[in-house]
Amino acid sequence: MRLLRLGFVLLAAIFLGPQAHADNRPVVAAAASLQFALTEAADAFAAETGRSVRLSFGSSGNLFRQIQQGAPFEMFLSADEAFVLDLAAKGLTSNGEGDVYATGRLVILVPKDGPVEADGSLAAIPAAIRDGRLKRFAIANPTLAPYGRAAEEALRHAGLWDAVQPRLVTGDNISQAAQFVSSGNAEAGLVSLSLALAPALAARTRYALIAEDWHKPLRQRMALIGEPGEAALLFYAFLQEKTARDIFARYGYAPPGAAM
Amino acid sequence: MDWDAFTLSLRLGALTVLLLIPLAILAGRALAVSRFRGKPAIEALVTLPLVLPPTVLGFYLLSGFGAGSLFGGAFDALFGTSLVFTFEGLLLASLIVNIPFAMQPIQRAFEAVGPELREASASCGNGWWRSLWRIELPLAWPGILTGMALTFAHTLGEFGVVLMVGGSIPGETRTISIAIYDRVQAFDNAAAGEMAALLLAISLATIALTFFLTQRIGRRHG
Repeated sequence: MRLLRLGFVLLAAIFLGPQAHADNRPVVAAAASLQFALTEAADAFAAETGRSVRLSFGSSGNLFRQIQQGAPFEMFLSADEAFVLDLAAKGLTSNGEGDVYATGRLVILVPKDGPVEADGSLAAIPAAIRDGRLKRFAIANPTLAPYGRAAEEALRHAGLWDAVQPRLVTGDNISQAAQFVSSGNAEAGLVSLSLALAPALAARTRYALIAEDWHKPLRQRMALIGEPGEAALLFYAFLQEKTARDIFARYGYAPPGAAM
Repeated sequence: MDWDAFTLSLRLGALTVLLLIPLAILAGRALAVSRFRGKPAIEALVTLPLVLPPTVLGFYLLSGFGAGSLFGGAFDALFGTSLVFTFEGLLLASLIVNIPFAMQPIQRAFEAVGPELREASASCGNGWWRSLWRIELPLAWPGILTGMALTFAHTLGEFGVVLMVGGSIPGETRTISIAIYDRVQAFDNAAAGEMAALLLAISLATIALTFFLTQRIGRRHG
């Protein structure tokens, strides 16, 4: 009985104790392909302005759904433009159709010492499937993630979709697909260049670019959501300035308009 | 190590226990002492969350409590907050999911008190409240503590529902289980490993405590 009272007191202490003070930093929802580039940009933003944002990563499609269900995001960076334009059409953005902030590239990613070559032409893939070297091929869920959709388009363009399909493992978002490859659980995968260039992955994987005309352009659009506060507005502007543009360029993004 | 996520999970666990255990004591005792026609049905309903896939519950919470739903809209109008993507929503989900974990051990403990003792207490002139407080609670406490420990540990580990209705918002709905998932996807295996080890330790401690308490019940009545 004494133990029981102790338990209750302990739990009450946890609950009533030093509570996380109300956090009014804006929450920014961003495509998983931005995992590293946007984290770095947010750090630079904090260093420059003393303001900070909270980042929540996921597949663009999942974040799109959450925004429609009323998630308290103040800003949304999609990995394509369709999701943002759709939100704009539904009147859920606060700055209309927003802005294109970058154009992304698709790459083939393989584990560093894996049995499959990083070859952008994908020419050796059928042979690798036949002789059993390629057992798992990772992409992101094509219905939720723009890079997954681009991966499907590229595989279809190369005439490989039917051959690869039985080997597909689909990540919930592009980060998870890249994780499958970097951990060696998939022998190859199609992911974003921005992830392939991240130090955490570059140490364990190799990559090669997929031709840009094999899929629809990955024009990435962002917009403000709901009633954005001052910090969100500042961050939105910051992402269109040189400091942020340079960070995005290092992660392989072409500036808006450049790659057309 | 994401300490924000850890303290958030602790708060969620503590709040779930503080709200659910008193209810489970009342309901568990009522079920333990009464016999009526619909009792098996009630007991089955109470146990349902144990086998219900978390994504099923997540789906119903999203469609039932989301923006645009009748209940979600009413809740929003009343409290000015939504039930999806908020701490309150997670708490509600957590309360539902944990019903069997809180109820089962508590009901068993009250059943073990036995009708003779309850009748003896009544014949000594003890009312309902006095009998509960002075006689039954002191006897049933290992079961209550087990219910608390299981509920708390289970809340820390809850993943499926939180993934569906939470939205991984730092400081609001990013619990430690979600943070582990998040860190793995950010290729930060070091942080994911630390948090996983911490949850493993907490789970082991919970099971150890539960076994110790169950033994105590067994010893007294065995």
